[in-house]
Amino acid sequence: MKTTLDKVERGQKFIIDHLPDNEYKLQLIRFGIAEGEKVTCLDKILGGTVILKKNRLEIALGNELAKKIIVTMIN
Amino acid sequence: MHSHNPSLKPKLEFKKVVLAGNPNVGKSLIFNRLSGLYAEVSNFPGTTVSIISAWYKNYNVFDTPGIYGVSSFNDEERVAKEIILQGDIILSIVNALNLERDLFLTLQLIEMGKKVSVILNMMDEVKKHNLIIDSKKLSDLLGVPVFEVSALKGEGLDKIDEAIQKARIGNQDKLVNEKLKLVKEFIPDQAEALLFLEGDREIIKKYPQVNLPIEDIREEIYIHRRNRVKEIVDQVESKDTLSGLFFSKLGRLALNPLTGIPILLLILTLVYFFVGDLVAQRFVDFSENTIGKGLIEYNVKKLVAKFTSTDIEVKIFDDVDKLNEVRLYSFPNGIDNDPERFKEFEEVVSNNDVEFNFIFNNIIAQFFFGEFGVITMTATYLFFLLLPLVTSFYLTLAFLEDSGYLPRLAAMADRLFTRVGLNGKAIIPIILGFGCVTMATITTRMLGTEREKTIATAILQFVIPCSAQLAVITILLSAAGPKAIFLYVVIILIVLLLTSTVLDKVVPGQSSPLILDLPLMSLPDPKNILRKTYYRTLGFMKEATPLFFLGTAIIGLLQITGVINLWINFLEPLTTKWLQLPKESAMAFIMGMVRRDFGAAGLFHMNLNVYQTVVALVTITLFVPCIASFLVMIKERGLKQGLIIWLGTWFFAFTIGGIVSQILM
Repeated sequence: MKTTLDKVERGQKFIIDHLPDNEYKLQLIRFGIAEGEKVTCLDKILGGTVILKKNRLEIALGNELAKKIIVTMIN
Repeated sequence: MHSHNPSLKPKLEFKKVVLAGNPNVGKSLIFNRLSGLYAEVSNFPGTTVSIISAWYKNYNVFDTPGIYGVSSFNDEERVAKEIILQGDIILSIVNALNLERDLFLTLQLIEMGKKVSVILNMMDEVKKHNLIIDSKKLSDLLGVPVFEVSALKGEGLDKIDEAIQKARIGNQDKLVNEKLKLVKEFIPDQAEALLFLEGDREIIKKYPQVNLPIEDIREEIYIHRRNRVKEIVDQVESKDTLSGLFFSKLGRLALNPLTGIPILLLILTLVYFFVGDLVAQRFVDFSENTIGKGLIEYNVKKLVAKFTSTDIEVKIFDDVDKLNEVRLYSFPNGIDNDPERFKEFEEVVSNNDVEFNFIFNNIIAQFFFGEFGVITMTATYLFFLLLPLVTSFYLTLAFLEDSGYLPRLAAMADRLFTRVGLNGKAIIPIILGFGCVTMATITTRMLGTEREKTIATAILQFVIPCSAQLAVITILLSAAGPKAIFLYVVIILIVLLLTSTVLDKVVPGQSSPLILDLPLMSLPDPKNILRKTYYRTLGFMKEATPLFFLGTAIIGLLQITGVINLWINFLEPLTTKWLQLPKESAMAFIMGMVRRDFGAAGLFHMNLNVYQTVVALVTITLFVPCIASFLVMIKERGLKQGLIIWLGTWFFAFTIGGIVSQILM
């Protein structure tokens, strides 16, 4: 199932399908948040900020940016 | 005859060793080890990013800001990039717990063609987490030596010397090499060539003759490098069992709204008791009044009064703090010519509740040593009020930063700040603003885009009361009672909401989204915290000191030339009719430009009623920032924008103060 990252719930695993094409894309790739990567939603905090977990790395992403990232859920 | 022959100077070639790594990987600890006691700090031209360098044997060693990759996404990256480009040997400091994040930078450094050694730090933590890292294998895959270290425990630090000696050019990647060939004939330096391909704007500007569509190449290189990192990590690291550890749990709890808010409140309370109560009230009261004013300023003024015609004005207050009597002690020929009269003055001062003020009849003496003397007042203010305050704020900031709490706080605050066109990172300058708006305005440099810097600066200058002012406001408000406190807080919050919403609408440009690495929470290393605090405080003092002196000099000149009185007269109808305050309050507002707390303090003995107190305090909070922060703002945001914000505070303060006054009274 495809959705945007801001809709993902805590604990869900998913694959990054598409990142928005802007300068922030490279910053995300640097952290390993690249298209095709498997990532877990560690937490979602008040206001929709998403905390991603990839291996031991934890990354906080603002809600606006999360809305522009398309992911496929893994069951 | 003078003749200079540069070639006669001894020419020594020192190799430059650069420490590079992600934030919080322990670079500083390793740097300290190499530098010993003597490190030089300098600001990188055009930024507040400080560069720390030191000598180690025949090497010139440079520490760099923490970065995730060599590029130009912000000031810190630009500075790190410049230093790395000039480096001969790069020590790539890696957090062994975060190989997947950190090796991206390491691979990039190797692809730049630099001589590299990898320092695998935090190996003690690796054992605690039941991880196994094959550093021999890592060394083979990278083609550079790898050294295991636990900098916090001091283990393996003796190998740093060897790491410098044995650094070498690592395995070059095939794909990157192919791409490099595209630009090799135009850009001989491999490091610059790589950054060109990665779209680094500054390097591209340097080689305008090279015309290549690099957009696709840079993404290809980034993704390829990412994949290589993954392959390497898969080969050198075995799976972890991180869950269940105290600090990673704490990190989760700090983010969860249910537990995060109580943790936030607890931390804020602790910070308040440390900064707001212990330092800002108790310590500053001692340092500013007892040492600064009572001891140093008093004796300097007494010394000046020996040589010049002086009047000392003494205001005597009664038990209920009401002005009882004003006495004037005149010494037309200096105090030494009338020692008995001076003795009388000293007795009155020691036996009563008084305020006294040296008035020098010589304009120059008054300018430098008088009530708002460029030397006397500024020195006391800077060293006995601001210095302890700024130090305590930076200390708190360093602690929150190194413990890993600050990024979590920024993540929690993100939504709130995105509403006004900022992102969660803006919480740092805003919090610092409650300490010193000047310091906070400098810190807005860390924000992502020009738009964010403008919005944050304007909010700071408009609404945030600095601690000096906050202290006086608190005293006045508590004297006026709960009704006044409630009205003041509600009005200021409404104004904050209003101004930030308006700013979000009118300031052009784009805001950046929050992309923040949340490091594992841990107990910070005290030495590192002290070191950070020291360098930041030093940097602030260096930058702000001349501005504070300049600011007081400007106000002093306005006072001597009488311009200030014109101003006060001009403001008078506004204060008496529109704000419905006593006419002396105009003086208080203007004095607020010298130091914001002066403005509020001027209201002390005016016998304002509850509503007048609220009106006066609202106006003074919103009114122009102190002149030092005004100058910093001009420096940061340019003359035009600075003036717009400054004039805006005039307009806002009087409009809102007046509206409040008309409604309440």
